[in-house]
Amino acid sequence: MSLIKEYWHKLSSAKHFYPIAGALLPWLLIPALIMLAWASWQGLVVAPADYQQGDSYRIIFVHVPAAWLSMMAYMIMAVNGVIYLVWKIKLADIVAASAAPIGASFTFLALATGSLWGKPMWGAWWVWDARLTSELVLLFLYLGTIALRGAIDDRQRAGRAAGLLGLIGAINIPIIHFSVEWWETLHQPATVSKFGAPSMHPSMLVPLLVMAIAFTLFFFAVLMIKIRAGILEQERHSRWLAALYSDSGTSSISPAATGNSIEQDESK
Amino acid sequence: MSNFFAMGGYATYVWSAWGLTAVVMGLNLLLPLRQCRKLRKELE
Repeated sequence: MSLIKEYWHKLSSAKHFYPIAGALLPWLLIPALIMLAWASWQGLVVAPADYQQGDSYRIIFVHVPAAWLSMMAYMIMAVNGVIYLVWKIKLADIVAASAAPIGASFTFLALATGSLWGKPMWGAWWVWDARLTSELVLLFLYLGTIALRGAIDDRQRAGRAAGLLGLIGAINIPIIHFSVEWWETLHQPATVSKFGAPSMHPSMLVPLLVMAIAFTLFFFAVLMIKIRAGILEQERHSRWLAALYSDSGTSSISPAATGNSIEQDESK
Repeated sequence: MSNFFAMGGYATYVWSAWGLTAVVMGLNLLLPLRQCRKLRKELE
């Protein structure tokens, strides 16, 4: 029990998570880039044209993964916001703050690629349909939490306010998901998650699933970079970071690591 | 090859969507990397 406790304590401390995030990064980013390349080639070249939508359907390979990420990133942001609200773990606040702009950018991407798909298929860039509207609300929720953080100077209060807004806004996630079933929508129903029989041929479905995995790995890779940046910013006056960077590698030998580093840097 | 770029007449839509995705993902990667590098420089 105490071992688990200690493990969580270490994982949730910025000092311990900083190198972990750095070590995870290549394991997330390299597979993500390989899968992105493979799925792009499959989706743009190998997969056949759709019998109804022609080649326009190829937008699905970027649209659906972006829409999926827009919701997954929100849940990660909301859950970490709650962890910060309840247990005041600083790292959770950094994770929530890091996830928000990535999620917002993929929400924008889902809306924009959807619009580029809607124009040739529906004849309109935008319709006020339940799926599109709830996804637009998602974008505003992201922008709201980002703006709230920017508006409050005190880091703790900013984190709590953003966490609370994120939590309240989480109600929107099931609404987005089920919007195509609950309301009469122009947006087509789920293609992938229909249990039993997905309505796509494997030559289209497999690249789409690989692309979704690639986007997810990519998200976590960017999240790790942003978490590291967040830790660097928040802990910039801490001794452990000074020891890590001030004296490039020899910090443990030198008794006055921070003092020496200034002279060394100037001589470079 | 020109068939590939024409996308069955949907070139504008398909390539705009994919191009925009590439730009957004590229920025998502480059901006935080640059920020990290800048913050590390400030520490040295």
